[in-house]
Amino acid sequence: MKEFLEGSHAIAEIIKACRPGVVSAYPITPQTHIVEDLAQMVADGQLKAQFVNVESEHSAASVVLGGSAAGVRVYTATSSQGLFYMQEVVFNIAGMRLPVVMTCANRAISAPINIWNDQQDSISLRDAGWIQIYAENNQEAVDFHLLAYRLAEDKRIMLPVMVCMDGFILTHGMETVDMPEQEKVNKFLPEYKALYKLDPAEPISMGLLADPDYYMEARFAIQETMKETIGYLSEVSQEFKGVFGRDYGDLLVEEYQVKDAEKVIVAMGSVCGTIKEVVDAQRAKGKKVGLLRIITYRPFPYARIYAALKDVPKVAVLDKAVSLGACAPIAAEIKATFQGKKKAPQVISSFVAGLGGRDITVETITEVLRRLNTKEVNSDFIDLKLELLKEEYGD
Amino acid sequence: METSPLFKAGHTACAGCGQALAAKVVIEAAGPNTIIANNTGCLEVFTTKYPETAWGVPWIHSLFENSAAVASGIEAALKYLGKKETTNVIAQGGDGSTADIGLQALSGMLERGHDILYVCYDNEAYMNTGVQRSGLTPFDTNTTTSPMGAQSSGNIRPKKPMPEICLAHGIPYVATASAGIPQDLQRKVKKAISIKGPKYIQVHVPCPLGWRHETNQMLNVAKLAVETGLYPLFEYENGALSGRRQITPKPVEEYLKSQGRFKHLLNNPEEIKKIQEIADYNIKKYNLKLEA
Repeated sequence: MKEFLEGSHAIAEIIKACRPGVVSAYPITPQTHIVEDLAQMVADGQLKAQFVNVESEHSAASVVLGGSAAGVRVYTATSSQGLFYMQEVVFNIAGMRLPVVMTCANRAISAPINIWNDQQDSISLRDAGWIQIYAENNQEAVDFHLLAYRLAEDKRIMLPVMVCMDGFILTHGMETVDMPEQEKVNKFLPEYKALYKLDPAEPISMGLLADPDYYMEARFAIQETMKETIGYLSEVSQEFKGVFGRDYGDLLVEEYQVKDAEKVIVAMGSVCGTIKEVVDAQRAKGKKVGLLRIITYRPFPYARIYAALKDVPKVAVLDKAVSLGACAPIAAEIKATFQGKKKAPQVISSFVAGLGGRDITVETITEVLRRLNTKEVNSDFIDLKLELLKEEYGD
Repeated sequence: METSPLFKAGHTACAGCGQALAAKVVIEAAGPNTIIANNTGCLEVFTTKYPETAWGVPWIHSLFENSAAVASGIEAALKYLGKKETTNVIAQGGDGSTADIGLQALSGMLERGHDILYVCYDNEAYMNTGVQRSGLTPFDTNTTTSPMGAQSSGNIRPKKPMPEICLAHGIPYVATASAGIPQDLQRKVKKAISIKGPKYIQVHVPCPLGWRHETNQMLNVAKLAVETGLYPLFEYENGALSGRRQITPKPVEEYLKSQGRFKHLLNNPEEIKKIQEIADYNIKKYNLKLEA
């Protein structure tokens, strides 16, 4: 049913429909509305979950780890510093192969402290062993949570999934969303049955010490699963289409006017909506531009991106995060995609924009396309206020 | 040690490990319908080196400091599944993971009222990493990070009052116990398990390696800590002192001279006096002295 909803509320509604048994969270802007709504649903008896109010994000992640290990579907949400405070638990959950689902309401990282959107938080945790999926709008954010549980609990995968949605832009934005009906959700996402769990009837030990004779194989297994997941994403996405009618293709990337394009911007998340507007406007003027939107950032879809961009002359990668002292994160992956390959864009330029909530406007995107020329640039910051960069050390 | 289906022989604890003895007593008292969440530490390392495990109950280790939170999630899941009434949940860890790095998670677990027994195995330093001082290291103890030297007689602070900190959360049961008196520990675990809500038991567990005593002296050393008043054994139920182990106090030197970690104090009457004062304070506070 189509409803006009705040992003956070829509997420709470879909989580309710997914029927988790344990929800745990610690408040951080801009994640708060999601967990407030879930708390209310539990208080009203609409969601039969245990809602565990914890004293930190570290414990929120630990509580859902414990709940998942005990054989129950679980949910948590966080942002920014909260995700960083969870970090060791985040790695631990993946290492223990627990199908936890988390929302990351993307927000900048301190210092300076800043509550507004960029993607530094989740991108910094790219190596944790979580599948990371980035939503462009609230319909996707809703659908991706449903897909996230299916993927996480898939016996061939058994890895946690982080659904990333831009803080405020999506979490606090009002959009019309087609909310999946409960009956169809139940069909697509049946009752959770754990592959392994803590159960006195069949006692197992979890989280054992692996010495150098065993550790590498455990990590290798996750790496292999990640590779295989590239194919499973497409399969589950098609099944989703069959039930709900919405088509996310292979769930890896979206190609928007990429065929025949001379310039393509690669980006991730809500900014792609703005980029599509610019692409439409420029196409109307006869300029051959396009967008390659990355949907799944982990596992990184190298082959799919290679196929999409190999014949594009100029590529601009727009990062809403930085790797201070090195190439911007997505740009590094895109360049790695073409390393040693027969075909490659003549230019792959890297741009950084929208850090700490600075608006990425139509003008920003137009400027990216303007700077995308024969001279390759690396981590070129867009929309900098040069007057703020004057050094004032006094005498 | 006799083998047990819940805590099997063949683990790799050092000879004379007080923690191994206490952990076995705890799980045997709690019984097979128990799920354990274990902090990182000696107990975790010596019982679960892949591909082996000493545990005959469902057991999980996640990280150094989060067993109280992991156990909270397990307990919440059991409630959701309608299995809490038939399943005990124990969170456990050493003194460092309990009183230092895991204190926040423990406080959260206590405050939220989870039906969980938390057991702190207190061997009074970070033994797994090589005897560094923790918040539960006693005053004047010679450890690798509170060494005695020309300007130092060891650890500069007394033990963090963990039982009192737990009590302040208003939880229904707090007790101390000793590996040297296993029957008492067993009784306290059984009692704790029978009470609904958060429970805290802190067990004094000698570490021959870190305390530097002969492995066959573990029980005697543990008993001496109790008998001198340095490790008072007590129980609080619903905030009121409901039990204590009374003693005919022995001078603290008897305890101090049993271990290498206090050897530097033996010719230092001034420091011994300070430690005797700690014992005397405990004896008075908990009314430990047996009347003649």
